[in-house]
Amino acid sequence: MDDRQQLRDLALNDKGFVFDPLTGATFSTNPTGLQILRFLQEGADRSAILAGLQARFDVRGDDLTRDLDEFVSTLRRQGLVGQDFGL
Amino acid sequence: MNDLLPAYERPVLVRHARGAMNKFSRAASMQPATELDGVPYDRLLEAYGSPLFAFSERTLVQTYRQLEDAFATRWPRVRIAWSYKTNYLDGICRLLHQQGAWAEVVSGFEYDKAVRNGVPESRIHFNGPAKSEADLDKAFRGDAIVHLDHFDELALAERVARRLGVRPGVALRLNLATDGVPAWTRFGFNLESGEALSAVRRLIAGDVLQLVGLHCHIGTFIPEVGPYQQAARKLALFANLLRADHGITVDFLDLGGGFASHNTLKAQYLPGTEASPTFARYAEAIVDGLEALDVDPLERPTLVLETGRALVDDAGHLVTTVVANKRLPDGRRALVLDAGVNSLFTAFWYKHDVVPTAPVHGIPEPTILYGPLCMNIDCMRDTLQFPPMSPGEHLVFHHVGAYNVTQWMQFITYRPAVCLVGQDGQHALLRRRETLDDVAGCEELPAWIG
Ligand SMILES: Cc1ncc(COP(=O)(O)O)c(C=O)c1O
Repeated sequence: MDDRQQLRDLALNDKGFVFDPLTGATFSTNPTGLQILRFLQEGADRSAILAGLQARFDVRGDDLTRDLDEFVSTLRRQGLVGQDFGL
Repeated sequence: MNDLLPAYERPVLVRHARGAMNKFSRAASMQPATELDGVPYDRLLEAYGSPLFAFSERTLVQTYRQLEDAFATRWPRVRIAWSYKTNYLDGICRLLHQQGAWAEVVSGFEYDKAVRNGVPESRIHFNGPAKSEADLDKAFRGDAIVHLDHFDELALAERVARRLGVRPGVALRLNLATDGVPAWTRFGFNLESGEALSAVRRLIAGDVLQLVGLHCHIGTFIPEVGPYQQAARKLALFANLLRADHGITVDFLDLGGGFASHNTLKAQYLPGTEASPTFARYAEAIVDGLEALDVDPLERPTLVLETGRALVDDAGHLVTTVVANKRLPDGRRALVLDAGVNSLFTAFWYKHDVVPTAPVHGIPEPTILYGPLCMNIDCMRDTLQFPPMSPGEHLVFHHVGAYNVTQWMQFITYRPAVCLVGQDGQHALLRRRETLDDVAGCEELPAWIG
């Protein structure tokens, strides 16, 4: 299945509860992770996500690029996107 | 920076797995530990650096009193002999001696340390399987109580005593079987095989040493009281036999150490804070066993305890700093800490209770805690549910007061500082951090290397 479609199908609530209807698996994510999932559902690309995080959170000395890459690899590992998915 | 926006947190996503709570224990309820007896850990770190062992005088003294009360309310004469190997920092030993503790030592080094701490030599119980002739010489001159471990030592002790022209009081260390605890048969004379009785006969025949006490130490971290009841009863019955058959009345029965602290062994399911018996329960069991003594209640021997870890473990904490976050290929998070197993030796035995020193935010996820050593064995805590932490933030390991500041090793890094928080909020060093001179100072360079 198309990665973006699988992402769009994820059910999210405002508290960070995530449900993957494809597998029935449920997850918890934090506000930053939730925002990234929402950006991905909207089809945002890497630079749009990074800019969006900067705009929405009080970022101090954090390494957003590394965090985003790590988050995407978590999505791959958890089967929320395919193994080839990258940003 | 924009304070109006929510704080950025590293993004995390954690799968809800059935049984994960049990598997990694203590998930949601992690409470930070921000201070020790009113002194913020941050302030201690500022004063003494990281990593840092921090001891609570209040907990140490309270624990001592609880132990003493538990036994002294049940037995007429009780003596606590502080097991030096458990923690022989002078400051800790002196606090315990101020509470009335005698000393229990197992080497010439520990003996000298006890003397240096002002313990009268006649208040030293001298254990151990490898006392030298010089050790025995020193102990007999000082009128310390030597616990004999084997026949060769018995013979050596007789020679030394004859040479000095003294008739010292000695104890016999016994080993004996109890249900559920593998007997430490390598120490002392075996009771069930008759070896202990042979030792008594041998001692009587030698006619130079006087038997004043019987001792056993059945093991360490024994989270049950039954074995103590059995050990106490066996010592009592043996004491009865010595009186009846040989006319020997011992002054003391020494049940050794071994009470469990509030730590949790790696193989244990329930946390030690729930599983470990109270001092009162150990005391009831021991006194129950000692009821087998057939002596007038007023002539009961002194009950000696050599409690180590249960006295000092809970008073000690190790504060450490996060150096890095890693994501392992299996998805687990790993933290690299600035303190390793070279400092926290007990990380090999226990699932240490470890929490952040500041309020926690964010989603806990399975996290393994590694130390700073470039060695695969350097794991400070097996995987547990842990909140997100950033480099520079601090964690504190609890119940680390026993055996760490003695069994730690100088390996790859310096040994950290140790401080004490006093009962009224004052704090001071018990031992400063090591320096290159401390470590390299004992080295010599052969002349031809130059
Ligand atoms: C003879 C003796 N007494 C007392 C102790 C203290 O034991 P624990 O720390 O288990 O109370 C030990 C430690 O192994 C010991 O060998």
